[in-house]
Amino acid sequence: MYAYDEIDRTLVNERVSEFRDQVKRRLSGELTEDEFKILRLQNGVYLQLHAYMFRVAIPYGTLASNQLRRLAHVARKYDRGYGHFTTRQNIQFNWIKLAELPDALADLAEVGIHAMQTSGNNMRNVTSDQWAGVAPGEIEDPRIWSELIRQHTTLHPEFSFLPRKFKIAITASDHDRAAIRIHDIGLRLIKNEKGETGFEVLVGGGLGRTPFIAKTIKHFVHGRDILSYIEAILRVYNQYGRRDNIYKARIKILVHELGIEKFSREVEEEWQHIRNSSLQIDDEVIEDIRSRFTYPAYEKLPHMPDELRQAAADPDFEAWRKNSVSPHKVQGYSIVTISLKPTGGPPGDATAEQMDALADLADKYSFGEIRVGHEQNLALPHVAKRDLPALWKALDKLGLATPNVNLITDIIACPGLDYCSLANARSIPIAQELTRRFANHELANLIGRLHINISGCINACGHHHVGHIGILGVEKNGEEVYQITIGGRADESAALGNLIGPGVKFDEVADVVEDIVEAYLALRERPEELFIDTVKRLGVEPFKERVYATR
Amino acid sequence: MPLVNGGKIVDDSFVKLAVDTPLPESGDILVPAERFLGDAEAFLARPGKVGVIWPNNRDIDELVPYLGRLAAVALVFPTFRDGRAYSQARLLRERFNYRGELRATGQVLRDQFVFMLRAGFDAFEVKKQADAEAFMQTAKHYSVFYQPTGDGRITALHRRMQLRHSEGVGT
Amino acid sequence: MTSPLEQKKIKIAGPSVVTANRTWDGIVVYRTAAQGWSADLSEAAIVRNSDEAKALLAESVADDVGAVGAYIAPVQVAEDGKVEPGNLREQIRRTGVTIGQPVQV
Repeated sequence: MYAYDEIDRTLVNERVSEFRDQVKRRLSGELTEDEFKILRLQNGVYLQLHAYMFRVAIPYGTLASNQLRRLAHVARKYDRGYGHFTTRQNIQFNWIKLAELPDALADLAEVGIHAMQTSGNNMRNVTSDQWAGVAPGEIEDPRIWSELIRQHTTLHPEFSFLPRKFKIAITASDHDRAAIRIHDIGLRLIKNEKGETGFEVLVGGGLGRTPFIAKTIKHFVHGRDILSYIEAILRVYNQYGRRDNIYKARIKILVHELGIEKFSREVEEEWQHIRNSSLQIDDEVIEDIRSRFTYPAYEKLPHMPDELRQAAADPDFEAWRKNSVSPHKVQGYSIVTISLKPTGGPPGDATAEQMDALADLADKYSFGEIRVGHEQNLALPHVAKRDLPALWKALDKLGLATPNVNLITDIIACPGLDYCSLANARSIPIAQELTRRFANHELANLIGRLHINISGCINACGHHHVGHIGILGVEKNGEEVYQITIGGRADESAALGNLIGPGVKFDEVADVVEDIVEAYLALRERPEELFIDTVKRLGVEPFKERVYATR
Repeated sequence: MPLVNGGKIVDDSFVKLAVDTPLPESGDILVPAERFLGDAEAFLARPGKVGVIWPNNRDIDELVPYLGRLAAVALVFPTFRDGRAYSQARLLRERFNYRGELRATGQVLRDQFVFMLRAGFDAFEVKKQADAEAFMQTAKHYSVFYQPTGDGRITALHRRMQLRHSEGVGT
Repeated sequence: MTSPLEQKKIKIAGPSVVTANRTWDGIVVYRTAAQGWSADLSEAAIVRNSDEAKALLAESVADDVGAVGAYIAPVQVAEDGKVEPGNLREQIRRTGVTIGQPVQV
């Protein structure tokens, strides 16, 4: 966990007081909405259908228990008692009052939480693997670098008015849980042949109207050069990225239009000018940041404690353990994923009571630490295996032990037309209906790993392009219509899904998904062949034939 | 439109020429890029200071040969949302060592002063009188900066290193 | 349900109102005939042709301190004069989300 020092605290406080003044000037009419809009966006404030929406950053998905409690407090005091975890390690509150926002920000600042640059055409929250620092086989903790980049990108004097938003994600594991290939810049932490830490740098990924999987721009950038290299990419983008058309303004379009070779030459030229500057990072600077991440004092614990052996007799516990508990790099400990996808619930929502209770459980069982993943679930990263049965019982009471992680009901969904002013169709009710259809755990287990992603408009906040099954809501003649793709994925083998057939109506979506699943069960070679692998092996056609035969 | 220079509201000695305004015999002038490049030597030879108004979509390299003889460069923010001139400003200051007046023009508002100062601007054609009057107060609002730029302000990373060393940590 | 953010030309097909969100707290409001804002759709000024719509919108946008993001939205007017939102989006803005909220208000 990163602890703010006086310097970080001062900056956040200065930001809050600046925004307080800006809100005051807005409410007095001194600032027009046109002038204010960007300022509020840069502080995470959107205007949605029903009210203002407030997006708070959870950099690289790491939260301390006191921070989670403070988020619960904000939900309770300034909002309607719940929050929504997003696909980019943020939390959103849906009903916040502009006049009260500076107070909410000040409350958050007290525990080292901010909302800077969670919106706007600047560098957004730096995201990472929610298992960072605890995943077995990780090269090193990517959060050290994430924090370095977070600081560097915060209130950047040159890049706060980019052509469009800019997202950076970092992973240090072979299995990419941070979806780096759908980011503007994706960083894969690696070691070179000398054993030095550096990054494979990818650029130009993104979803939205024109989806692209990121391309590798440089195979190895030394850790000490990573800030200058990012700066070079941004400088090229700031000057040449399109500003005439909002849909063509992301860096992915610039990379596509120039071609990756020409784009990388431009970046390289710029980089040579600045790499030996004060942007070069001393080892000492890295060590200083590393020193402010605290790591738990793990005990020496057995691999298979008695508590776990005894609890194995309970099939419900076993179902949960097999689904939601993952190996930890330290023997005797586990990573516990907490599903925010209960049957019939909106994906990613948590109530203030759940957040408070979870903070208590984190104190009791996870060294006070909570993680937030891009799949809109939470995790407790350091749970002793002997505590798993007790933790499970407590989670179950809170409605937080649904054993569906990575299964068909672990759905990613944007807020959709129920909340969002950009949406054309609803997302959440589709997700809810699907969680009811597949509520039977045996059935879901039989189907195996299957990610459904739902977006309520082409902006793709629900990452539908990279869902194993992707659902995109559009509007046709005043009605909600849903286009369904299969074969997308967001991990290290990232790919965009392909359309399976004509769009279907709101009421038919769950039926079509059932048919797709039935087709998969009939088509798979053996039970271990995952949905995504069957689609890869056979293509869309056999699915299309079966699903649309009777439609 | 008030001009802030050196932190104060001052009179603007420069006259802005349009593409076709007749050239005044003397006095300080700001010339559009296209017109300046068309006859640079003539502008530079006349009495009075010369500055150039440089659009944000033109490569700054073209201006580099003249920088030593220019009294001012005016960069343009067509809207405050268009941030290209920040990159131009930093290049002028940090790569090409331009030391003359670097003026922000266009939609220049209070809430961007700090960014502009950090990028190297030192003169501001401020759109609103109230913003111009609030300049000093706004400029010193922030005391912490994470990024190194040419403005010489100490960054958070370096301040931490100083603190570490003064406390004897890590030595 | 085309996002009104994309509303460029003003052309209305039937009775319409101007709606926005109140600046200080963000709640949904409608422009009234008395040049104010109301949270109650039944108090909204109804326009029936493009010129009226244009005028009402211009007047609404001018009140930038009162409300934000004003746009024209269709309504249905029943024979008894009762006004209802004209599409799903506006229905949701008026009556709230179509799903149960995690915490009952």
